[in-house]
Parts: sequence; C-alpha cells; structure tokens
Amino acid sequence: MNPKRKQRLIIVLFIVFGVGIAVGLTMFALSQNINLFYSPTQIVNGEAPEHTRIRAGGMVVEGSVTRDPNSLKVSFGMTDYAESVTVEYTGILPDLFREGQGIVAQGVMDEAGIFQASEVLAKHDENYMPPEVAEALEKAGNMPKPEAEEFNK
Amino acid sequence: MAENKKWMPRWFYQMASPRWSYEIMGKLMPWFAIPAAVLLVLGIAWALAFAPQDYQQGNSFRIIYIHVPSAILAQSCYMLMAVAGAIGLIWKMKVADMVAKSCAPIGATMAILALATGAIWGKPTWGSWWVWDARLTSMLILLFLYLGVIALHSAFESEATAAQATAVLALVGLVNIPIIKYSVEWWNTLHQPATFTLTERPAMPAEMWVPLLIMVIGFYCFFAVSLMMRTRNEIIHRERRASWVRELIEKQ
Repeated sequence: MNPKRKQRLIIVLFIVFGVGIAVGLTMFALSQNINLFYSPTQIVNGEAPEHTRIRAGGMVVEGSVTRDPNSLKVSFGMTDYAESVTVEYTGILPDLFREGQGIVAQGVMDEAGIFQASEVLAKHDENYMPPEVAEALEKAGNMPKPEAEEFNK
Repeated sequence: MAENKKWMPRWFYQMASPRWSYEIMGKLMPWFAIPAAVLLVLGIAWALAFAPQDYQQGNSFRIIYIHVPSAILAQSCYMLMAVAGAIGLIWKMKVADMVAKSCAPIGATMAILALATGAIWGKPTWGSWWVWDARLTSMLILLFLYLGVIALHSAFESEATAAQATAVLALVGLVNIPIIKYSVEWWNTLHQPATFTLTERPAMPAEMWVPLLIMVIGFYCFFAVSLMMRTRNEIIHRERRASWVRELIEKQ
C-alpha cells in the first residue's frame, strides 16, 4: 500500500473509531434517559421522578386484573419479579393485554402509591409460536415468560 | 513498503476499471435476479398462506415477513455504502464511489419500508403507531442519514467532491448501526429483542422462521440486482464520453 493510501486509511479509521468512542461515551452518560420506561424496582426505590408523567414497564401479575363492572376502569399489579406497583387505568386496553404479559404504561404516581396510567401499551417478545404449540406449552407449564432483565436494564 | 506489492486480490484492482465492472455486473445479474424472483414469490406465498399464525397476535404477526428483511437490508445496505465510500476515499476508486451513490436510495427505501411496516404492526399489537424508544428512534436516524447522504451528494457540482463528502458522512453515521442492533439489549425498549441472531437458533419454530429466512435471502438477492442495475446505469452515465460506452450504444 503506498504511503498516500495508507495515510487516508488511517484518517478513515480515525473517523470511524473517533466517532464511535465519542458517541459511545455520550450514550453511556445518557443511558438512563434513553431507557423508555422505569421498572417497578426503580419506582419503589424512588429512582423515578415523582409528580410528573413517566413510563413504567413490567409484567402484569397473574390474577391481579380487576375490572369495574360499571366503567372501563381496570386495576392490575405490575411486577419485575422483585417489586410490584399497582396500576389503574380507564380506557380500552390493547388486544395483547393479558395476565403474564409485558406492558409499558404512561402516567403519574399518585399520593397513595398507585400508578395512574393514561396510556397502556402491550410489549411482546420474540417467542412467536403457533396456537397449538402455545396450548401444549401451557399444558406442560413451560410457557416462556418475560424475564426480569427484560424490565431492568 | 514495496510500491508494487498488491494488498488486495486481483479482482479488487480490476474493479477499478468501470468497463470491467460494467461487464462483470451484467454477467452476475441473472444469477441474482432469478433466485430473487423465485425466493420472494415462494417466501411470500409461504408466509401469507401456509405459515401458522401467532398464538397472541394472530395474522397480524405475518407482517414480520416484510418488516424483518427490510430492516436487516436497510442496515446491511448502509454498511456496504460506508465500506464502498471508504474504498473510494482511500483508493480513489471511481466505481466504489458509484456503488456508494447507488446504495443510498435503495437503503432509504428499505428503511422507509421497515419503519412503515413497523408502525402498521405496532398499532394492533402494542397499541401505538410510534413510540420514542431506542430501537425506533435509531432506525429513524438511519433513514435521516440516508436522506442526508442523498441530499449532500446532490449539493455538489463535481462528482468527485460529492463522493468524498458523502463517504465521510456515511462513515460518521456508521456508529448508528451497532446502536440499532444492540438498542434492544442495552436499554429498556418497547420493541422486542432480535428475531434472528447469528449465534442462536430463533426462538420461534421452524415452520415460522424458514419462510422468514427465505424472505431475507430473497431480499438480499433483490438488493444485489437493484444495486447492480443502478451502478451500471451510473457507470454508463459517467463514462459516457469513453469510447467503449459509445461503441456499446452504437451496437444497440
């Protein structure tokens, strides 16, 4: 390789790695702001800001969903297996919402420690499967569940 | 350092000749065009009619067969554009510049397709067209990088200057590719983790991922064909004063 080309190669590598390091450090410093949501553990530990709109993500606790028979109000527990938070929401839930499903809710923590959600989004994982397979796994009790790390990064 | 020492295989230096590149691409094209047509037709039919539906999402899951290949392609195409740009910068190879220029519109189309199918998929499953999570945002930045490359290229009168400037922009934007890939692992996102990884078996059963794999390979072949067509066009346009191009045109 002649010296001219070698010099240009070094400049190109310098651009790629220089930008990579700069952006990497920035991302590392901002990592908390890049997270889309807070986990129940962070909320319980007081790491999430209070009295402002935040997003919280976790898994809907099995058997915790209670619906008000006279309105669209629902309340359910949301957990990352370590801590859990009660969520209240009035409105139509996404089709994928069910117990044992990952969700991301937007809202405010009230004084009673209940998360008043204004929006609930369903989070699904990459374990796509045909209905028959899901049924068989369900029967055998081997249904894959979202892991705790899924909500705590 | 020996001046005549060859660092790269022979074809690499042959590629510097627009005429040689034009001819080899003409010969290679059918080898990609036929598999592209076969795989895309087979893959689409399999995906839409025969692959099982998802236990949670039902039929709306089938959009994955367009969404994942286009998202993979948008990123691969960007990497190719940056590498071709770097070769153009270092070796001053005109053909590499032309390849880089031809990549941008194809990649931008793939990025738009990935974002659009993602939004259409997101509404029925997540409950929202768009969320500012790390994966979606970094993918949007990828689209803006493509648009920036296209705009920057057309802002210069001289092709050589335009190629240099866009190559630098493409190299700077390269940092976004690992961010897109690892965004779902590094941060809390609404977007699910990767469907396909090189190291692990896909989480879904074979009757679901085989058609997806066929679609991905079909998209790659389609990309190769459209890239070669664009590059050949670019070669003819830029070499229009060369005698071999004149001869080619007179023959027709």
